[in-house]
Amino acid sequence: MTKASTENPTPPPPDVQESEAVSTRGAAALAEMPERISELGRETVGNIRSDNPFMVAEDVNVYYGDNHAIQHVSLEIGKKEVIALIGPSGCGKSTFLRCLNRMNDTIETARVTGNITLDGKDIYRKEQDPVALRARVGMVFQKPNPFPKSIYDNVAYGPRIHGLAGDRAELDNIVHTSLERAGLLKEVKDRMDEPGTSLSGGQQQRLCIARTIAVDPEVILMDEPCSALDPIATARIEDLMDELCEDYAIVIVTHSMQQAARVSKRVAYFHLGLLVEVDKTDTIFTNPQHKLTEDYITGRIG
Amino acid sequence: MSAVKSTREKVEAGLPRRRRKERTFKLVGLLATTVGIVFLGVFFSTLIAEGSSAFKQTFLQLDIELSEDVLAPDGELDLAYADFDGLVRTALRAQLPEVSGRSDRRALYRIVSVGAAYQVRDLIAANPELLGTTQSMWVPAASNVDMLIKGNIDANLDETLRPVSDKQIGWVRALEEAGRLETRFNKALFSNGDSREPELAGIKGAVMGSLYMLLVTLVLAFPIGVAAAIYLEEFAPKNRWSDLIEVNINNLAAVPSIVFGLLGLAVFINWASLPRSAPVVGGLVLTLLTLPVIIIASRAAIKAVPPSIREAALGLGASQTQVVFHHVLPLAMPGMLTGAIIGMSRALGESAPLLMIGMVAFIVDVPARLTDPATALPVQIYLWADSPERAFAERTSAAIIVLLGFLLVMNLTAVILRKRMERKW
Repeated sequence: MTKASTENPTPPPPDVQESEAVSTRGAAALAEMPERISELGRETVGNIRSDNPFMVAEDVNVYYGDNHAIQHVSLEIGKKEVIALIGPSGCGKSTFLRCLNRMNDTIETARVTGNITLDGKDIYRKEQDPVALRARVGMVFQKPNPFPKSIYDNVAYGPRIHGLAGDRAELDNIVHTSLERAGLLKEVKDRMDEPGTSLSGGQQQRLCIARTIAVDPEVILMDEPCSALDPIATARIEDLMDELCEDYAIVIVTHSMQQAARVSKRVAYFHLGLLVEVDKTDTIFTNPQHKLTEDYITGRIG
Repeated sequence: MSAVKSTREKVEAGLPRRRRKERTFKLVGLLATTVGIVFLGVFFSTLIAEGSSAFKQTFLQLDIELSEDVLAPDGELDLAYADFDGLVRTALRAQLPEVSGRSDRRALYRIVSVGAAYQVRDLIAANPELLGTTQSMWVPAASNVDMLIKGNIDANLDETLRPVSDKQIGWVRALEEAGRLETRFNKALFSNGDSREPELAGIKGAVMGSLYMLLVTLVLAFPIGVAAAIYLEEFAPKNRWSDLIEVNINNLAAVPSIVFGLLGLAVFINWASLPRSAPVVGGLVLTLLTLPVIIIASRAAIKAVPPSIREAALGLGASQTQVVFHHVLPLAMPGMLTGAIIGMSRALGESAPLLMIGMVAFIVDVPARLTDPATALPVQIYLWADSPERAFAERTSAAIIVLLGFLLVMNLTAVILRKRMERKW
């Protein structure tokens, strides 16, 4: 952490308190691997560019109080592309993900610098309403978190608050299509009034995905969507992602290298707040250029 | 035996000590619980033993002649000045014709309550056609007779040491034998306001006063408290000011209630010129008293809503207000309601602040408006406990039973509401 703060070009105000969870995780990782930090080059190796960029992050820094959580990250996310963010715990991949739909706004001590654009427009510009942004950049969380409402209301919630459906029939249609696309319709079509929380873990996560695509976003962020699920449910979600990437850009944070290899076109490897290497999935897993990436994917760290 | 003990040996060596500790702790816990239950049992049994007799009252049956000479001397019914007492006395004399002499007759008149005359007046006022007839009526006996019948006055004591004379005891026994004396349900306790005569005193005025105050408190404290809690939890920036406010709210919850009474006296009565002894002022004071409790409980309920639900809603593009009203409030509502009802029960049981704003006055009329002078149930208990008449002792206990009944109902409501509204996630 001392290292991180010495390299911090604009130190955050001293009265801002640290986000404890993040700073302790970062500190623990640092304590484990003091020698590796010196190996870390500042530059990201590989290719951060995408053929058809849709979301572009340039020189993004995030501070949680005094803790410089991610440092100088630049990355392009292409249209209809699945990109996986991998790396050990506390490396900043979730933090980066949460910058993309401004979920970090809800953390009082968090501060974001740099530039992130969606379709050419800065999402951190003053007149950008985070509410409107989150309708375009949906998010699926680590733990399935359906609302304590009926299955129908869970999916209908987004369209309702954004006024996407003119009448009940249209809303029904959106709900059915979304559940269908999330591969859940068959299982729940006779129990739409039951609470979403009565479903199994895997079904709940697919319900959350249905809820997200019901708003028809352009980008879907997934923060370790399968970490709480068994392999069968995981396989279903992965299949689902294959289908969804025909329409949406998907950014997925995962701890499973197999999952990254299976679902993504490109992989970005984060380490201690730095974006170490980005490249095509095949390249990363067969021919990583950076020593840290190689160590991580071969299981020597992480 | 080897010098180095294995792990198993070490564990086993320590086991008896651990078991002993566990047993001791269980025993201490059991003892504490038993002591608590015993105290509670003693409390309730003495209360019920003392108070249950107040729900019964001794009545005398008198044949009262509603004579036209007395009630309508000029041919016109005269409710204001007619000598209703005289009618009751005549009927009493007719019952015990052997009583003669001025002082004996006076002593005789004292075995019937002054309430008997009011009862006759009410009867004739409601049914003027009964004029000229003789009606057999059950009228309340004087409280001393009531105490004698209930055994609270020992007839074996020396005559000078008890409030009823030997002669009066003789008359009461004679009436009892004639079947003209009975204990019946004490309706007056629930339908009358306060009175100097124990047999006529009731808690209706106090109950209505308490209900009016609780109404004011609920209407003001719940919305204000919930709104403040939502603002502080969800919208207010977290800085030194919000910390200061939080500390102050917590301190306010611990301020002795009489201080709120003084505040009410200074602000609502002296400065705002609101009427003294009025439930509206009592309600305002109790609002101040309950607000911190409701705010603290509501904030705790809001904090207990899992962050994953907020994130889910925010991630879908809900605004902060939508998150609060669509997701946080429904989940926090059971906790908020529980807090509100617990605050209300505290308000219902308060007497100290009400003393400060004049709700301790002797008020006979049942309040009909928020600005009518009134007293409250706990204050009524205090007033009766302070009265010298023997019969007020049992009425004090009876009023406490009623107050505890209200508290029980409120707390049960809180439990039921919480159970019914609780949602799993």
